[in-house]
Amino acid sequence: MHGVEQKRVLAVASGGGHWQQLMQLRPAFEGQITTYVTTNPAYAADVPGSELYVVTDANRSKPLRLLWSASEMLVRVMRTRPKVVISTGAAPGLFGIVFGRLVGAKTIWVDSIANAEKMSLSGRIALRFADIVLTQWPHLAQVTGPLHHGSIL
Amino acid sequence: MILVTVGGQLPFDRLVHTVDEWAREKQREDVFAQIGNSSSPPQHIQWKYFLTPAEFQAKAREADVIIAHAGMGSILTALELQKPIVVMPRRAHLREHRNDHQWATVNQLDKGLGVAVAANEAELAALLDRLTEMKTPTQRRTEEYTRLLHFLSRAIDETR
Repeated sequence: MHGVEQKRVLAVASGGGHWQQLMQLRPAFEGQITTYVTTNPAYAADVPGSELYVVTDANRSKPLRLLWSASEMLVRVMRTRPKVVISTGAAPGLFGIVFGRLVGAKTIWVDSIANAEKMSLSGRIALRFADIVLTQWPHLAQVTGPLHHGSIL
Repeated sequence: MILVTVGGQLPFDRLVHTVDEWAREKQREDVFAQIGNSSSPPQHIQWKYFLTPAEFQAKAREADVIIAHAGMGSILTALELQKPIVVMPRRAHLREHRNDHQWATVNQLDKGLGVAVAANEAELAALLDRLTEMKTPTQRRTEEYTRLLHFLSRAIDETR
């Protein structure tokens, strides 16, 4: 690692497109010690050699599950004590950002490229909590955030 | 083989039924659909409610063309495997999703990517009749991708 200290990174994404986008961002935190959190245990096959934890999938139409998902994420963040939390969404990722902030981690939200005309609801909330919020669409960038620094496509 | 997929979250009967009807008409027996939690499964094509990520990867590799909801998971898979893809966006007013972001996605997606878009069932039916003319999607634009990775790895490296 050329004498550079490895950092504990918590990388969070729900299943489907969110997870696939997180996988594409992987080269950005390759040299670090990364713990993954997702909603489908089968994704462990995508990250051999890394820890992967599963939290309940939830969205705003299921408030009770949201609460459960948040508490699972709180436990995970407290146990992992990450230096960096990065997420591509959705709701569980937002919880990761909020709790990551609580433990002093640098928090990075990359809004899904699916949100081409408006930031996701989670992304708009992340603007209030995360150190860095990125949109993958230049026309959605604003001086006060979200910022645009490229996209996966 | 034609792979139809609605993603891992919600059913999308409008998509599946359009393909089902087309397969009946054309007597196609090489169509497989992943239909989500649908209460009205198709009659004329093979189907499953859900696939594991590995099963989905295998089906997508096997497919000659993918017909999908406009979810990024499906689109990214097609781009990665260089498979022709037709997408139809879910609509919020039809209660197919919580909001209209899939409509936004297809309206903004770079036309150069080679993702074919059907706005509705009629357009989907028309595209299904021209599947043999479908082109393989183009490689992703790597400068934007490299830029994002550089930004993120730097942000992570600078963390104390």
